[in-house]
Amino acid sequence: MTTQPPDAYSIPLEAIDVSDPQLYQDDTWYPYFERLRREAPVHWCRESRFGPYWSVSKYRDIMQVEVNHHLYSSDCAISVLDPPKGLERQSFIAMDPPKHDEQRKVVSPAVAPGNLTNLEGLIRERTARVLDGLPRNETFDWVDRVSIELTTMMLATLFDYPWDDRRQLTYWSDVVIANVDAPDSPVHSEEEKFAELTKMTDALGKLFNERAQLPPKFDLLSMLAHNGATRDMPYRELMGNLSLLIVGGNDTTRNSMTGGLWALSQHPQEYQKLRDDPTLVATLVPEIIRYITPVIHMRRTATQEAELGGQHIRVGDKVVMWYVSGNRDPDAIEDPDNFIIDRPRPRQHLSFGFGIHRCVGNRLAELQLRILWEELLPRHPVIEVLAPPRRTYSNFIHGMRSMPVRIPLH
Amino acid sequence: MPKVTYIEYNGTEHLVEVPIGLSVMRGAVNNNVPGIDADCGGECACATCHVYVDPAWLDKTGTPVPGSQEASMLSFAAEGEFNSRLSCQIAMREELDGLIVRMPQGQH
Repeated sequence: MTTQPPDAYSIPLEAIDVSDPQLYQDDTWYPYFERLRREAPVHWCRESRFGPYWSVSKYRDIMQVEVNHHLYSSDCAISVLDPPKGLERQSFIAMDPPKHDEQRKVVSPAVAPGNLTNLEGLIRERTARVLDGLPRNETFDWVDRVSIELTTMMLATLFDYPWDDRRQLTYWSDVVIANVDAPDSPVHSEEEKFAELTKMTDALGKLFNERAQLPPKFDLLSMLAHNGATRDMPYRELMGNLSLLIVGGNDTTRNSMTGGLWALSQHPQEYQKLRDDPTLVATLVPEIIRYITPVIHMRRTATQEAELGGQHIRVGDKVVMWYVSGNRDPDAIEDPDNFIIDRPRPRQHLSFGFGIHRCVGNRLAELQLRILWEELLPRHPVIEVLAPPRRTYSNFIHGMRSMPVRIPLH
Repeated sequence: MPKVTYIEYNGTEHLVEVPIGLSVMRGAVNNNVPGIDADCGGECACATCHVYVDPAWLDKTGTPVPGSQEASMLSFAAEGEFNSRLSCQIAMREELDGLIVRMPQGQH
């Protein structure tokens, strides 16, 4: 039996704690942020299981934190949950300049516009094959058959990972983002997680070492192995950066592939608009990414005293940017709770973050989503979603674990 | 009103009037010139309004101050060059009348 969440407006303002992962698994977070945006846009939560932290819930304030990376550091921690003591893994998303910049630039060309042009044909051909193979008039899991399948193929290509073992990458991705307290987590302690990530690092590290001996190729492992900024990473840093690239390279896109279909199924008039005019895929894709907000939050740590939204931030304070909330801020986005596939300026959302840590793979994610919908509409214009997605117990990754669907016979 | 020529990656030219004070990015977006995305809306926070300033105009537009937010964001843009700028950071002035900027293959 689940307990009813407390009413967001009846509890004292200072007692609001939006870090509770249950809010995201149950999809009940909306009124808490609606209240925070109105009454305490920069809100101090004194007690939570993650310690005290500031919640930044409005678009403009989040942007302020994003662009002032010298005030708000990413060093060592980017989620409200601190890294496990003694089991830390370093990665460039959790670093400040200059090291962040050097390592980010190593992998950036893999997902830059020039390479995306090269990848488009391959992605389209694979997407068509996966969609052609879907069953008719039979219930199946959209997440497993479409979202995971397509994004795992992409990840295997990016890493040039052995094709038949590619679901191993999906498993490791799920391990990285797992909340070890969740009953359906693949691992149940930080030690167990670390042990699984050791297996990941050993498997990918072997390929990394092999590729270091070969001429440079255009896959992430070869790029890391041949660049001075990443060639000699300590083991924990290799583990951290591989984890980052695996999760960044599939999980967020996976959830957007599921969330997009879910959103359309909940807005049948928008779905019909899309069938009537498939060129709307161009604005549908960024709207899906805004509406779904695949990364719930990012956290920074104040390195100096600062003023933010009228509040005084002290050195060492945790500052949490709630992207889910900024993307629903009516002062920045008109009618934000509605899913509107032909919005003006649909690309102005916070889902990729802003500033120097902005999602490096954002264009590849958009390309994969665009191709999915371009190939889906002519093949399967009607897909019945039979139940809401089962969501991940996490305050960080906005995950969808499964979603039953059926494609009716014509 | 001063004019700016935007040249797409495929060579298509767009001659656009841009009011003084408005950014070169906004001039493109307001006139539906493709190739400038400006995802952050002019906050110097995304590098998706990257352009190459025609070298003859570089003295007048200037280049990003080393260590600035613009220099930092541009360092992550694909195919950065000596004449790269974020067009949201170039405010239109009378002396920029006739400015020519070229678009990259794609914004990243």
